[in-house]
Amino acid sequence: MQYSNNTVLHVADVHKRFAGLHALADIDLEVEEGKTHAIIGPNGAGKSTLLNVIVGRLAPSSGAVVFDGQVLTGKKPHEINQMGVARVFQTPEIFPDLSVLQNVMTPAFAKRDGAFRIRMLNPLANEAALREEAEEALADVGMIERRHLHAASLSRGDKRRLELAMCLIQKPRLLLLDEPTAGMSRHDTNTTIELLKKIKSRGMTKVIIEHDMHVVFSLADKISVLAGGRIIAEGAPDAVRGDPRVQEAYLGGAH
Amino acid sequence: MNVLRLPRQDVILFAVFAIVVLTMPIWLTPFGAAYPGLMQKFAIFAIFAVGFNILFGLTGYLSFGHAAFLGVGSYTAVWSFKLFTMDAIPALIFAVLMSGVFALGIGFVSLRRSGIYFAILTLAFAQMSYNLAYSVLTPITNGETALQLTNNDPRVIDMMFMERTAGLPSPSIFGQPLGGIGGFYLCAVLLLVAFFIAQKVFASPFGMMLRAIKSNQTRMSYTGFNTRPYALTAFVISGMYAGLAGGLLAVTDPLAGAERMEWTASGEVVLMTILGGVGTLVGPVIGAWLIKYLENIFSAFNEGMLHATFSWLPDGVEDIVVAVTSKFVGEGWHLTLGLVFVLIVVFLPGGIMEGVRRIRSAVANRRDNRRTRFSTSAAE
Repeated sequence: MQYSNNTVLHVADVHKRFAGLHALADIDLEVEEGKTHAIIGPNGAGKSTLLNVIVGRLAPSSGAVVFDGQVLTGKKPHEINQMGVARVFQTPEIFPDLSVLQNVMTPAFAKRDGAFRIRMLNPLANEAALREEAEEALADVGMIERRHLHAASLSRGDKRRLELAMCLIQKPRLLLLDEPTAGMSRHDTNTTIELLKKIKSRGMTKVIIEHDMHVVFSLADKISVLAGGRIIAEGAPDAVRGDPRVQEAYLGGAH
Repeated sequence: MNVLRLPRQDVILFAVFAIVVLTMPIWLTPFGAAYPGLMQKFAIFAIFAVGFNILFGLTGYLSFGHAAFLGVGSYTAVWSFKLFTMDAIPALIFAVLMSGVFALGIGFVSLRRSGIYFAILTLAFAQMSYNLAYSVLTPITNGETALQLTNNDPRVIDMMFMERTAGLPSPSIFGQPLGGIGGFYLCAVLLLVAFFIAQKVFASPFGMMLRAIKSNQTRMSYTGFNTRPYALTAFVISGMYAGLAGGLLAVTDPLAGAERMEWTASGEVVLMTILGGVGTLVGPVIGAWLIKYLENIFSAFNEGMLHATFSWLPDGVEDIVVAVTSKFVGEGWHLTLGLVFVLIVVFLPGGIMEGVRRIRSAVANRRDNRRTRFSTSAAE
């Protein structure tokens, strides 16, 4: 297998079969360092399955996922995170019982102290450095004035922004976004896109799964089109947009 | 020193709590509860509940087998009396360590599951311990007769310093006997230590991790935390609290029976925690005190006393009232407990502490309303 020098994530010949269903067939994907790589496709194309294989939630039937020269297959979610991979879920996964600030401080602890470390001697209130870091991350996503709220009381759009702050504070090398604007109002979608554009310039590699064409074409450097568990087209946004196979399979000529 | 440092409101809470606990013999007198045996129970079961809450209140893992650690603590303490010395300190240290070892083993297996499966696993382990104590382990536990001190115990350390006396020895601390009020103050001081450690856990980053595990375990692992060792640590800490409580039960009454490990005892600490308020610092203590107080009152009632209480009613009515109420007292006091529990869970799911919070915010609201009314009338 020939790697280009700046490939940070390589999904190599991955197949995933569920009973009687070939969910992913012969997936080969190279994500370049610092780029935003979008994976699009109609419902049931296997997008979520692919993402779950990448983060180790599902084991591939064959093939491997390689991140930064290390095989991710078979690793646990917390190990994959500690290697520098953060994930935004389709439904925001936050800590509803904690305050907004604590929500962001928690991943900062994971980044600083590793997967397991008991800190009992110093009260949380004395962790001034981490608190400042968390406040910066919240200011970054425009939520600093909400830092003392209970996270459960936030709107869906704010929960998504909070989840992004929780991922960004870890300064991950790879950020995976699973339909970051799913189920959002137009307004929330637009603020999320603005936010993603803002962090795009930071050189963080991103893999984004998305339904919303508006989101994809305004963010992606490269697009892979998934249909029926196979990659049917791949390339720059403009090339993909013009590809007749893609129009047939997915866009339905609407664009 | 970092070890002793706490946020200010916690320091105030601790000071108030210490005063309340240490002045128990005074303020419990009007309730007729200021005798050492009962106050010892108040302190011991408060320790048990505070420790249980570190697991259940923070991580959300509901253990139905914590009485096993209480029993292990009691047996270990009595064995320490029998083999080494009647001094309470080594007995309590052994009790805490031994229950910690048991908690490590049981927790390691049980924490592979969560929710109802975790609860069932802990319950199974506790019932297993209970049945083992009655059957194959009788050489260690003395089965149904319960483990007791005898005159022939080796007590190797004590025997180096003193002659064997005729009567059974009783537990002591630094050579001072621990009868009555002395026993209470030992339990009270240990309750304060236990409460302080719980405050440290609640205020620390570790406590926040445990809350985060309760809140969203999926996010926790995708955030880079290995959640199981965190939960296991909480499990072991709460098991050690239970062991300390069990050890103190043996110190105040040097005897250990297997009934201490029965599932009803495990259920009782769950009730105490929920009744007082899960996840709060003070709630489990209040729950423990309330249940032990009610148990003391209601289980002591008998039909004769009921007749005396209701003697002002007409004869026929009195008999009916006594016949009904007698089901709720004495042996049947668990019926009262059940009713109280149902009422609390239905109307105050956050326990007594939620009631306190509601009253406090209602009072604050009324004060605010009055203030705004004054200011508007002043403006007119």
